[in-house]
Amino acid sequence: MIYEVSINGTPHRVELLKGDKTWTCRVDESEMEIDAAFTARDVLSILIGGKAFEIKREYSLNGELHVVIGSERFSSEVRDPRSLKARRAAYAGAEGPAKLTSPMPGKVVRILAPEKSEVEAGQGVIVVEAMKMQNELKSPKKGVVQKITVAEGTAVNSGDTLAIIE
Amino acid sequence: MFKRILIANRGEIAVRIIRACREMGVESVAVYSDVDRGSLHVRKADYAYHIGPAQASESYLNMEKILDVARRSGAEAIHPGYGFLSENARFAHACEEAGIKFIGPKASSMEMMGSKTRARQNMKKAGVPFVPGTEKGLESFEQAERFAGQVGYPIMLKAAAGGGGKGMRLVRSAADLKSALEATQSEAQRAFGDNEVYIEKYIENPRHIEMQILADEHGNTVYLGERECSVQRRHQKVLEESPSPIVDPDMRRRMGEIAVRVAQAAGYTNAGTVEFLADQNKNFYFLEMNTRLQVEHPVTELVTGLDLVHLQLRIAAGEPLPFRQQDITIRGHAIECRIYAEDPDNNFFPSPGKITRLISPSGPGIRRDSGMYEGWVVPLDYDPLLAKLIGFAETREQAINRLRRALVEYFVGGIKTNIPLFRRILLDPDFQAGRLDTGFLERLLQKDPVADDRTRERIPIAAIAAAIFAAADPKPVLAPAAGAATNSRDGGRPATDQASDWKRTARAEALR
Repeated sequence: MIYEVSINGTPHRVELLKGDKTWTCRVDESEMEIDAAFTARDVLSILIGGKAFEIKREYSLNGELHVVIGSERFSSEVRDPRSLKARRAAYAGAEGPAKLTSPMPGKVVRILAPEKSEVEAGQGVIVVEAMKMQNELKSPKKGVVQKITVAEGTAVNSGDTLAIIE
Repeated sequence: MFKRILIANRGEIAVRIIRACREMGVESVAVYSDVDRGSLHVRKADYAYHIGPAQASESYLNMEKILDVARRSGAEAIHPGYGFLSENARFAHACEEAGIKFIGPKASSMEMMGSKTRARQNMKKAGVPFVPGTEKGLESFEQAERFAGQVGYPIMLKAAAGGGGKGMRLVRSAADLKSALEATQSEAQRAFGDNEVYIEKYIENPRHIEMQILADEHGNTVYLGERECSVQRRHQKVLEESPSPIVDPDMRRRMGEIAVRVAQAAGYTNAGTVEFLADQNKNFYFLEMNTRLQVEHPVTELVTGLDLVHLQLRIAAGEPLPFRQQDITIRGHAIECRIYAEDPDNNFFPSPGKITRLISPSGPGIRRDSGMYEGWVVPLDYDPLLAKLIGFAETREQAINRLRRALVEYFVGGIKTNIPLFRRILLDPDFQAGRLDTGFLERLLQKDPVADDRTRERIPIAAIAAAIFAAADPKPVLAPAAGAATNSRDGGRPATDQASDWKRTARAEALR
């Protein structure tokens, strides 16, 4: 099996060959023999040349996959290159309108940049309050606020679109 | 001793108090809002009563409802924990009138300490050292200008009714004074319904050091050593330790004696904390008194060997302190990490939601005071403190290493926590050398985390692990709604696996 795995945004090619007891893995150019065991839900134990790693997996609220080794967290994305959907997904984004989404559930307390106003990348657009804290959500790109889809006082969920910037 | 007490709080502190009750044979009464039905304090208590909707003003801050539950449940006393009603003199007074013991100081002591300007006037009389400042609220801009000129810039404008870092503004030059004063006054009016503002000289790079005191109702007051709380972000404490790296026995004694004087001047009883600002030359100034049990009380418990909540209950029940000042010794070093539901990689945004996976550290010298469990949904309505992880060892260096070890074991999945931040703090050379001030953490966060060799070595391991996880569980990793996504992932596994997860959690819980 071949996977395209990006770790903290950098792509790696990972080839997995399941053997009898171990896996043969090729990461980019280097090959290694590893012993992998699922010891508990979302916890993987890996042995490489006698070196032991305990690795945990979790998904963030927006569905992003994280792999945690020790107290270090690596954000990762796994694509099976055979899948057409995955290839299409790789080309989405970048150009065109950008959505400003809420990173957490909360309540909209203020709109800083109304519709039709021009914003710089990183400029505050909307303030969402959660857990007694007010959080300024910033524009992902320079452009014009095309649409604000919420009003002050609206309760929002994690991942909800709040504004569209073009 | 009381037969039954009510705990007017939630989260880890409610659990902490319930545990003390159980150890002392006192029955505990929990209260909960709509979103806390499944919270840990409700599960652990002997009795639990619903008090209203999520909004704190309708539940945990609602005095009538809480007093009503106290009467109905037959509770003889109320422990307020920290936050919510803990420093509300009106509530303490209402308890006194209702014939229910408030586990804390008398309303009159709280009133005196609640207003910073009044506290200042009274403490001055008791000979307590102060940062130079105005004793009363400012009457005019001209007065502010005159005073600021006398003590010299920079100065701090503070709301008399403020606290927790709110209603404060730094002014570096005379040119900024007028607009800063107006802004602070209007902010104070909006936030606290009181626009009284006073001036203080600003101490550059101060340390925040506080002294724990205990006073019984028979006139005995003792101090239990200091806590260094300089590691803060936006005036919120993040990590605390005892003893402080700069406090020697002589400074401890001087600070402690002043703290005792502060408490006695206020007619204080029960547990309290006297906060000081210390400059880098070990001069210290009275800041304020917190008239409640502090979040960071466990570090004091570990180095003194005392249980502060037990002692609070005994004092409130009228017992005299079972020891004197000379019986108290400080042994070892304790450091506490406050585990918050917030994302350190993304502006510390709050991260409420479902805890899908929880693996907790244990082993020598580790204490964990927690309000969470696997499967619990962290509500978005309250402050983000989930748990406290405390490391205790013979020396500061060993305590740091012990905590680093425990933080690697700690894993909270499904939501983001600030656990990774503590690794950076504990590895920082300034932290390790004890070179701290209240700006330490902001400066650390300005620095880019450097990827060390170990991180680089781990990248291919992370890539392999991600691929193996995907190979073993090839479900699409899409999560339109947190709940649905969790279910679809769980759906990929046989039912027995689910059941064993339940067992695992149950076993882990039973061991705590």
